[in-house]
Amino acid sequence: MRFGQRFYLIEAVQGVLLTSGHFFRNMGKHLAHALGRRDARGAVTIQYPEERRPYSPRLRSLHRLVRREDGSPRCVACMMCETVCPAHCIYIVATEHPNPEIEKMPERFDIDLGKCVFCGYCVEACPEDAIRMDTGILEFSSYSRRGMIYTKEILLSLEPVGPDGRPASPVPIPANRTV
Amino acid sequence: MILDVGIAFGRVMFVMMFVLNLGGLLTWVERKQSAIMQDRIGANRASILGFRAMGLFHPLADAIKMLTKEDFMPAHADRFLFQLAPFVSVFFALVAFASIPFGDTLSIAGREVQLQAVTLNVGILYVFAMLSLGVYGVMMAGWSSANNFALLGGQRAAALMISAEIAIGASIMGVVMVYGSLNLQEIVRGQGQPLLPGILGDWIPAWGIVTQLPAFFLFLTAGIAATKRIPFDMPEGESEIIGYFVEYSGMKFGMFAMADFLETVVIAGMTTALFLGGWQVPYLMADGFHFPWGAGVTLPHLLVVVLQIGSFVVKVCVMIFVMMLIRWTLPRFRYDQAMRLGWLGLFPLSILNIVVTGAALLLIGRPS
Repeated sequence: MRFGQRFYLIEAVQGVLLTSGHFFRNMGKHLAHALGRRDARGAVTIQYPEERRPYSPRLRSLHRLVRREDGSPRCVACMMCETVCPAHCIYIVATEHPNPEIEKMPERFDIDLGKCVFCGYCVEACPEDAIRMDTGILEFSSYSRRGMIYTKEILLSLEPVGPDGRPASPVPIPANRTV
Repeated sequence: MILDVGIAFGRVMFVMMFVLNLGGLLTWVERKQSAIMQDRIGANRASILGFRAMGLFHPLADAIKMLTKEDFMPAHADRFLFQLAPFVSVFFALVAFASIPFGDTLSIAGREVQLQAVTLNVGILYVFAMLSLGVYGVMMAGWSSANNFALLGGQRAAALMISAEIAIGASIMGVVMVYGSLNLQEIVRGQGQPLLPGILGDWIPAWGIVTQLPAFFLFLTAGIAATKRIPFDMPEGESEIIGYFVEYSGMKFGMFAMADFLETVVIAGMTTALFLGGWQVPYLMADGFHFPWGAGVTLPHLLVVVLQIGSFVVKVCVMIFVMMLIRWTLPRFRYDQAMRLGWLGLFPLSILNIVVTGAALLLIGRPS
């Protein structure tokens, strides 16, 4: 250490000057904001529930099942996603599709979000482009493990993220969320 | 008779309310000031009927939280001392402010009222006695908790307090020598004199920070150490080491935190009275302003008193701001570093300051 650093007082004064510089600069910006300059911001904080950062278009958020034009799921219950899922969080029960040209459809398609690691492998593995992770919904929570299981009906009801980068559909609430 | 009692009551109430409210407000000041220093916004979520008032309700929410929490006591604790310790801490921090003057004499109803809670000829000694007694609460808390970590924390507090108090006592000796009194009111009056009447001296009032600049820094450093707050918070060490109030919960815990804030107010008041001219406004005499270039403004007595009290309050707030600034800038000293700073840094420098001050008083004389 140099002598000046050993003496500490000079270093302490320099530190106080730095922090008080931040204080007065931010205080001036807060004051300008209060006086009507809405673009002046004294803090870098984002007030989360009211303000949100725009999400990246590549963000992997809550899954949704893509629908055909008649509203039935595009999924053909090929089990590719269930097989590739490293967290084993997808459960599919297949059934006959009424249309003979389409072989199968899922009777049940549950995703256990308590286990999901949001790797996106299911989206990559799907040969039918039937599952996507583009809803922009991140805020799902539950008081129980069962409440984290999202069923086919919920996943089919979701819409892709809107043009403003915000979720287009409300946060879905599973029926047994509070169980 | 009733009027005398009323005046005495008013003096004490003013000081009491000033210190208590300022101490309570400091929790908000600390949160907000640190937030603004760190480019944050700070606590602003507590609201009453949708009004947030810049987070001013957070101290209220804290108080409600503290009062409704479980009041836990360890099974083997010394019941009496354990209950007593937080009250001792807060009490001595509260009464320490009593002899700090917040204004000159007020002439009201034919009486001359000294604007300080208690008029003492040994005011400085009283403040230090009370500040030093505050450490008993801390040591009691450490001892009576039946917890070895709390005991060690109490011992660290005692060691820190001794090293800080000695430096405080030695550093103010220079001020006492310059103004020739132990009465804080007399010291503040002495700081209203012009410094060395002559060419430039008329322009500068003889505040302690001018006549005793090294003592100001020594006193401020030792005073911050006496408040047990960062950078000298090794008695408590909230983030890593365990402090003396580890076994306390609820409002008793809050009282220890409150005592630290009250001590901050007391140290700010002492710094103001000793070094920043107390209630003095530059060039303001008892009958109005007398500027050194000859001009003057005559003011009524009550306005002068209000200006003086306002000046004192503003100076105390500025000193609290500076102490908060230091607290949120510097990291914590290690225990041995704090001891070395107290005994090998502040103490010898204070003694040196006394010697230099004595020599200067012999050669130049007192500010007249």
